[in-house]
Formats: sequence, C-alpha cells, structure tokens
Amino acid sequence: MSTPTRFSSMPYTGPAPTNRSPYIPKGVDAIDKRGEEIEAKIAAPYVTSVPGQDLPTFIVEREKIVEVLRKLKEDTELRFELPVDLFGVDYPRRPEGRFDVVYQLYSFKNNERVRLVVHTDEDKAVPSSLPVFQGFDWFEREAWDMYGIKFDGHYNLRRILTHEMFQGHALRKDYDPAQRWLLTEKDVAKIVPVVEHHPEDSDFEQVTLNLGPSHPATHGTLRIVVTLDGERIIGADTEIGYLHRCFEKMSETHTYQQVIPFTDRLNYCSAIINNVGYCMAVEKLLGIEAPPRAQYIRLVLSEFMRIADHLVCIATNVLDMGALTNFWYLFQPREEIYQLVEACCGARLLPTYTRVGGLSVDAPANFLDMAKTLVKKLPKHIDDAEKLLLRNRIFLQRVEGVGAITRESAINHGYTGPCLRATGVAYDVRKAHPYMGYETYDFDIPVAEGGDTLARTLVRLEEMRQSLRILRQAIDRGLPAGPVIVDDPYVALPPKEKVYNEMESLIYHFKLIMHGIQPPVGETYFQVEGGNGELGFHLVSDGSKNPYRVRVRPPCFAVYQAFRKMIVGQTIADAIATLGSLNIIAGELDR
Amino acid sequence: MSKIEHNDSIIGRKYADLPGQGAEKGAITLPGERAREPEAGEESILLTTLETAMGWVRGNSLWPMPFGTACCAIEMMSMLASHYDIARFGAEVVRFSPRQADLMIVAGTIVDKMGPVLKKIYDQMPEPKYVLAMGACATSGGFYRAYHVMQGIDEIVPVDIWVPGCPPTPDGLLYGILKLKEKIERGEIRR
Repeated sequence: MSTPTRFSSMPYTGPAPTNRSPYIPKGVDAIDKRGEEIEAKIAAPYVTSVPGQDLPTFIVEREKIVEVLRKLKEDTELRFELPVDLFGVDYPRRPEGRFDVVYQLYSFKNNERVRLVVHTDEDKAVPSSLPVFQGFDWFEREAWDMYGIKFDGHYNLRRILTHEMFQGHALRKDYDPAQRWLLTEKDVAKIVPVVEHHPEDSDFEQVTLNLGPSHPATHGTLRIVVTLDGERIIGADTEIGYLHRCFEKMSETHTYQQVIPFTDRLNYCSAIINNVGYCMAVEKLLGIEAPPRAQYIRLVLSEFMRIADHLVCIATNVLDMGALTNFWYLFQPREEIYQLVEACCGARLLPTYTRVGGLSVDAPANFLDMAKTLVKKLPKHIDDAEKLLLRNRIFLQRVEGVGAITRESAINHGYTGPCLRATGVAYDVRKAHPYMGYETYDFDIPVAEGGDTLARTLVRLEEMRQSLRILRQAIDRGLPAGPVIVDDPYVALPPKEKVYNEMESLIYHFKLIMHGIQPPVGETYFQVEGGNGELGFHLVSDGSKNPYRVRVRPPCFAVYQAFRKMIVGQTIADAIATLGSLNIIAGELDR
Repeated sequence: MSKIEHNDSIIGRKYADLPGQGAEKGAITLPGERAREPEAGEESILLTTLETAMGWVRGNSLWPMPFGTACCAIEMMSMLASHYDIARFGAEVVRFSPRQADLMIVAGTIVDKMGPVLKKIYDQMPEPKYVLAMGACATSGGFYRAYHVMQGIDEIVPVDIWVPGCPPTPDGLLYGILKLKEKIERGEIRR
C-alpha cells in the first residue's frame, strides 16, 4: 500500500499515516483572504496565491521574483521590509522543477508575513534578490551550497558552509548523509578582501591579516580576513562554516522527537528556547497545544535562559576587550540558573527538556521556590555588572560609536533581536506574534539609538531586567496544576506503569517508538524570540515519521553577514569589540 | 596510617608518612619513589629519576590552550570561571597561543573544514604536548554522523584523554584533567 504525497511523484512507502485530519492552519480563512488582497495589490499574472497555508503564500515565476520582491518592499501599504528567510527544498522528479526556493518577508507596518515560492531546476538560475534585499546575500550562497541552486547576478556565489573540496550538494535528497570529503591544508582557499577605497596619501602599505578561526576573540570558529592600512581596516571578509554540523540533514534522517537534542546545540547558550521553538512548530503542525503547566515551565525557563544568554554575551564581549573581572562576576549567576535547569531535568547546558506536546518530566516540587530565590538574587548581579561597565571610562571609550549600523541597513540585512533593537526598532517576536501567553504579561521592549556596540550592550542589560519582570509576574501567578504533556497517544508516550500493565498502552508505546510522531502532510513556520533574535523553524512534513525538511531561521546568520561592512574604517580592536557585541553563536550561525 | 601499594597510582601517593609529616625532617616523598625509612645522612637529600621529577612538575603546571568550538567550550569556560575554578589544580594559565601551551583541550565538534586548522595548531605546540578530547563530538563525532563532521579528532591528532559527555559537566572535565595529570606524572606520553 502506498499513498502518493502532495510533494512529489515518489510514492510514500512508510507506515500508514495516523488517523489525523489534514493540516489546516489556525485562522486559515483570514489568511487566505489577506493573501487575495495582497495578490490584488501586486496585480501581476505571474503571481498565483496558494490557499490553505499558515502564511499568505504565492508561487512566483522564476524570472519575475526580483520584481515581486521590490513591489512588496516598496508598496506604501504593504512595506515588507525585513528579509526573514530564504531557503531551498528538494523534490526530486517533480515535473515542474526539482527545487523550491522559499522567500519569507515581514512587514513592520502591518505586522504580517508573506511567503513566496519559486520553482526552479538544476540548470535554471534564479535572479539574485540582492539589489532589493542585501540580507539575502548569505542565504542565497547557502542555497547554492546545499542544493546547487544558481542565483544569477550574485557577486560571490561560492560555498559558504561546507569546505572547498566538498563535492555535490549536501541537502539534496539523493546525497548520502554520511558521505565526507577530505580537506587538507594545501586545499584551503586564500581569502583576499575586496578593498573599495585605499587612501592615496597613506604612509602605510596594505597588509592583509588573518584572524581566526582559532583566535581568542573570534570565539573559536569565525574567520575574519582584514586588509589594513596602518591600523585601520580598509577591507574585510568573513568565512564561516567551521562548525557546520549538518543540523538540517541530520533532522531529515531522524524522527521528530529525535530532532530535539539537535536543536539544543544550535544556540547552546539558551538551549531551552530552541527546544521550545522546535516543539511548538511541530505542535502547530499537529494542531495540538501543550498543557498550561508545561507552557508555564517553558516560559519561566526560557526567560531564565535569555538572561543566561545575555550574561554570557556581555561577559565574553568584555573579556575580549580585556576586562576579566566582569567575566567572573557574570558567570556566577549563570551557574545558579543552570542549577535550576539541572533540578528540572538533570542536564545543565543542553537540557533537551521539552517534548513535542509538553515536557519530558514534571518540574521538582520546589521549582517555584528556587525560581523565586533566583529572581531575588539576579538583580544584584546585573546591577554590579552594569556598574562595572558603565562607570568604566575605558569600556565606554571602546564601545561608543564603534561598529555602528544604521536602522535602514540593519533592516535590509535582516537583523532581528537585540541588534535590531539597538538601532531603535521595537520589534520583538514576543510582542509581535505572542506565544505561550506572553501577551498576558506586562513587559517593555527596550530599544536604544545609534546601533553601536554600547547600544547593543545597553539593550541586553535592560532586556535582562525585563525578563526578570516577566518572571516576577509568572511567579506571582503560581504554577498551574495538571499534566505536563498532552494526553494524545500518537504524540506522547504513555506512562511507564501503564505500558507494563495495559495492552493498548503497550501498543501505543511500541508504535510511537517504532514509527514516531507522524504529523499530517503540510508545511508550517513558527518563530520564537531567541537570545539573538527571531528563531524560526520551517517544517515540511510528508506524513512520514521523519521531517521532510527542517529549516531553521538562524538570527546570527543574518546578523553576521553585515559584519564585514560594519568594521571597514575602524581599527582591529574595534572590530573585536563589535564582534563580541553581536553575540555570534557558531552553533546557530553554521548549524 | 595506611600504605598505598599500587605502584602506578599517583593520586594515592606512596608516602611512608602522612603528607607533611616528615617535612620538618626534610623528607619529601616524590610520586614513584618507594616508601622506605630514610637512612642516616639522607634526610635532606632527594633521590629520584629525572623523568619522575619532571613529570611531577609538568603535571602540576599544565598550560592549557583551549581549542573551543562549540557547546563544550561554554562548559569549559564554566570550569575556568570562579565556580569550578581550575586554578585549584594549577592549570588556570590559559594560553591562546599554541606556542606557550602544553595541553590542548579540544572542546566541541571538529568539522572537516576545521581539521587542517586543528592539525596546524597541534603542530605548533612545543613538546611535550598533550591533547584532551572533550565531549562526544571530539571523541567520536557524537550523534553527528554527518557529511561535514570529523568522526573523532584521533583521525588527525593523537589523543591522551577522552572526556565523555554531551557536554561533559565542568566536574567531568576537571576529573579528566586530573587523570591526565596522573598520566603525565607516570611519564606516559602518547604520540
């Protein structure tokens, strides 16, 4: 028995799908209506709307994509200014072209999103969207690297995540997940930054300097090549991929539950937020919701993790600048946060605490007391750190006006999170698309002006206080009673004692272990506010136990691509300070 | 007062006396030295082999070079920071230059793109040098059996100590460093 899927002519030969209804997103009628409105506004024959999706979705003809992107961006009523994501999906042997290129845009004006899909093939190039959105620069390179999708007019279409000797395109369905290629030192490509302007009257000759990937200030896995005129940077280039751990390919070879540990290792400074983001994306696809108790614990731990993430960011940033004291001060409260996580699930850094549909185990009885003690302790640590930083003249001189980015440039590069808020844009996923009941909490979005390193530090310091504010309100409300995982045998494992004593539970247990969760056929996108910005998961399900495609929208990836432009004209010391303040987490950058 | 019989154990030192007891007599018992009563005239003289003395010194002053790439690096930072405090064991002088270090802590996943870098840095370290593979990824590739992940750093560099865990706790890493210290004091070098 085989059931053909919507996606390809390849028949689905796995186990029969569960008795779930097909995926119908929440509020689908309103979304379709909005899609028709947008389609009417673009008013072009080469745009076809696709009904029944979780976002207004359009199929656009390949040659016209840049035109459509420009229209969406520049239309005064739509203003889709933020390039959120661009990625490929592979459907081998599909008649209308093997690959999908999926674009997602966000509009600050209307607080809405739109998804564009382009069908293409191995030999058909898609016009590059760089003239409209600078932020798709690396995303297009990644689609080339992973799928071999060509982009016409891209200035630098070379591999980005995999190494120089890599053969083939790894995320294609016919690529063996374990096929490695050898890279030796003689094959490593030389990077020469493009120098746009070299002053004629300079007393110095040009020197090209390599920083990283093993360099104390590049946090282990980032490589920066700068061309210097004296001490001033006149050209810079960045190379990434030194921690490309194939998250997306690994997700396709594991079941939905097994992907959760991989998500931990994306942004490993705030792992629970990733867990929550992924699990809520699968829950959205399944049409279920975690019980209130699980949501509450998820929210509390997410906010603690956000604080821990910002603590690590500030600590390592000032450590790179030579301020060791802050490092000791800021790592202590972080340890105490990890003690709470450890009490909940036994792991510190990478807890894998959530499950699809809830949590793995209930929180300990003294969860609220521990959280309360922690919330009382933390403000003092944050105040101490703030005093150490903002009353320190050396720190201020090293960060004021350093590594600044304008608001327009930040938006055009797809910035989200603290780095975007440091340029004065009050965009926070928790406010824009509330989840887990964030709409019921009273908190502010801190913004700063200037977009420089100081602004980013100030935003992070204030965000920790706002997180504490949320936590205080949550603690006052108390822990809701009830289970921590949904009562659905197709999603959650039955309790162990039932498995040993009841036939049905044993069967459900067996089915779930052997065949996994099988969400309905469909695709969905879900976003959460991670430590560094909007962390989104785009899932494509073909009804089998393994995800057909898991796309993670990494905030660091968008943030870091503008770095080489931010540091031109500054000194190396400034570049180091800037890099630390962007909080680039390699696990998330390279995946 | 119990005598420890294992000849190869360093943590359990082979003291004839309790630690510090014979100090006023000038008797210092080095690891590896057979426990015995000092003979006349021998109380202020220290007899051992050069290797044992050097091993003892080396093991107590490791200079780590943190080759941190991923999640494990965060736990390594925890170990270096005040709460766990590696300074208690004499290995707190973290050097980012391989030329000044004798212990490379490989913390995190090493992918194929990073391979040549790791090899180069290892080659730059002066002898004697030791490598600690921290965590499942550095040990065996961990659960990343994937097209871009090295399946354990022993593909390219010799490893002295493997620390299991994903990531290992800071205590686990501390234990690994203490185990390496024992190995160094025994004079074992793997290359």
